[in-house]
Amino acid sequence: MYLGRIKHFAIALAATTLALGVSVTEAAEAIKIGSFLSVSGPASFLGDPEKKTLEMYVDKINAEGGVLGRKLELVLYDDATNAKNAVTFAKRLMLQDNVDVIVGGTTTGNTMAAIKVIEEEGVPFISLAGAGVIVDPVKKWVFKTPHTDGIAVEKIFLDMKNRGLNKVGLLSGSGGFDKSCRGNAQALASKGGITIVADETHGKGDTDMTVQLTKIKGSGADAFLYCGFGAPTSIVAKNFKQIGMSMPHYQTHGSASMRFIEGAEGAAEGVRLPAAALLVVDQLPDSHPQKKVAAAYKEMYESKTGDSISTFGGHAYDGLMIAVEAIERAGSTDKAKVLAEIEKTNNFVGADGIFTMSPTDHLGLDAASFVMVEVEDGGWQLLK
Amino acid sequence: MSAEFLQFLISGVTVGATYGLVGLGFALIYNASHVINFAQGEFVMLGGMATVFLLGFGLPLPLAIALAVAMTVLAGLALERFAIEPAKGASTVTLIIITIGASIFLRGGAQVAWGRNFHSMPAFSGNDPIVVGGAAILPQSLWVMGGTALVVVALRWFFNRTRTGKAMVASAHNPLAAQLAGINGRFILLLSFGLSAMLGSIAGILIAPISLTYPGVGIMLGLKGFCAAILGGLGNPMGAVLGGLILGISEAMTAGYISSAYKDAVAFVIILAVLFFLPSGLFGTRGTERV
Repeated sequence: MYLGRIKHFAIALAATTLALGVSVTEAAEAIKIGSFLSVSGPASFLGDPEKKTLEMYVDKINAEGGVLGRKLELVLYDDATNAKNAVTFAKRLMLQDNVDVIVGGTTTGNTMAAIKVIEEEGVPFISLAGAGVIVDPVKKWVFKTPHTDGIAVEKIFLDMKNRGLNKVGLLSGSGGFDKSCRGNAQALASKGGITIVADETHGKGDTDMTVQLTKIKGSGADAFLYCGFGAPTSIVAKNFKQIGMSMPHYQTHGSASMRFIEGAEGAAEGVRLPAAALLVVDQLPDSHPQKKVAAAYKEMYESKTGDSISTFGGHAYDGLMIAVEAIERAGSTDKAKVLAEIEKTNNFVGADGIFTMSPTDHLGLDAASFVMVEVEDGGWQLLK
Repeated sequence: MSAEFLQFLISGVTVGATYGLVGLGFALIYNASHVINFAQGEFVMLGGMATVFLLGFGLPLPLAIALAVAMTVLAGLALERFAIEPAKGASTVTLIIITIGASIFLRGGAQVAWGRNFHSMPAFSGNDPIVVGGAAILPQSLWVMGGTALVVVALRWFFNRTRTGKAMVASAHNPLAAQLAGINGRFILLLSFGLSAMLGSIAGILIAPISLTYPGVGIMLGLKGFCAAILGGLGNPMGAVLGGLILGISEAMTAGYISSAYKDAVAFVIILAVLFFLPSGLFGTRGTERV
């Protein structure tokens, strides 16, 4: 009897809550931001800061009153760096959770896998992955925030030309990023101003690049560019010093990590690379357009999480903010209207750069969004 | 031109010596059990990663190295005792598949324990290159070459002069006859895994200052070491070292004089050619009935 009464009471309570819930949602239904990120698995070092950034800023926006008078609700799944999971979660976000916009896709592989179902369903999607192939060719519903390797090479070649260097010795690894970077270097060089006089490669897991570097040393190159990331970046820097090379040494934003400097044990000194302004936020002059945004992000992220910032979290910040501003401008969460407004993103100042998108440019960044840095005393030095 | 040649040669010998050390481990286990131990590359990784990890606790380098080798040997013994031994009597192919599983397990374990990032290890005697005839050689390369030479000499002494070593050789030649003569086959198998793990970890530690170390560092080194072992004739320890040197030097020369894009391809073509014309490798025993 007693149990029975509790049961009745529970049912009544549930019914009331439901009724209340319905009336509340009718008044101001939350805007649903969907996300699938690689919070665990091989790409967790990218996905983790992205997740923390999204959670942090959704809370912040809600505390400040939300968007269009409605709260934001973050629906986030961990795809464990698995493309199959990414597709499953993308479907769940759209069909079950009915999200209004998706900000996520940590890796290029997971993004590309999910694009097909997202394009079919038609939900605005801002990817946080690197490769240019995501937005080139342009796909109707797909945008991205991180710089591509093509932009990096463009920035490097600009810097070389400014220093009067035009004969490049190129070394690249065999990974996807490395190959894409090499292809971009060849394509940009053929447009004039730069000649690639040596084009060497190394294998996956190679431990010694002195042979390739010796050839580049003897090739008449007046500058050296390495396309790759991970452990080889440090090995290349060490081998470069070992065989006594002295030409200007460039690497890509794939090396923009303290690991590169530490791994090279002093041999990284003098290496130049393009990086997001966020990396050297403390050195940016106050007049730099990104200074305020980047400094605020750094301050917030480091005080809330206790971790040091990474550029990956910056991608998530930009993605979320571009989506939120588009929803505000659209005045609703109508997907077609939001899509049109994302495409109208104009001079949005983010952590990665200043975005100006269009129906034909779903990235909206150019070489100006990078700053050139040089390794000095074991740290990054912003170049003017 | 000759300075260039010398630089290529130095690079080839350094890399080749590592391949040889890894290949030695393959040869030892193959001799004791006819199993190809695909976790050999992970022993290399464990040696380097454990040393970096112990150095992080402020241990002096020699102590960190000794402990790292001991840890890897324990891992090798555990692999034999808990994965190979219980499957005794299974076919060789099954045992080989078990070692592949073990390699994935060790790699995953290292990622969980130490993270996915790459780590550097200080060179034993500085990073200032020594210039010989216009070519620059790192002191660490000398450590790699010297270490390999030392291991080869020590192994020769072990196999030719000690009772245990001779027992291992006897078991390799004829397991049944060796067992009838009172040699404990199980112990020999356990010993060979321990010894291989030791060789792998030494290789991993010697090369870590050059190659840096990360959980996946053993994949390619293991594969190249395996190539060195078959090139030298599987089961012939000295052949494995020579095979490694041939592989390393041919890679360097291909990259230097033909194209770095074909570096790995040429190495594998050499192996295919050797196996085609000399199925038991360059220094293997002829007329073996195993395929």
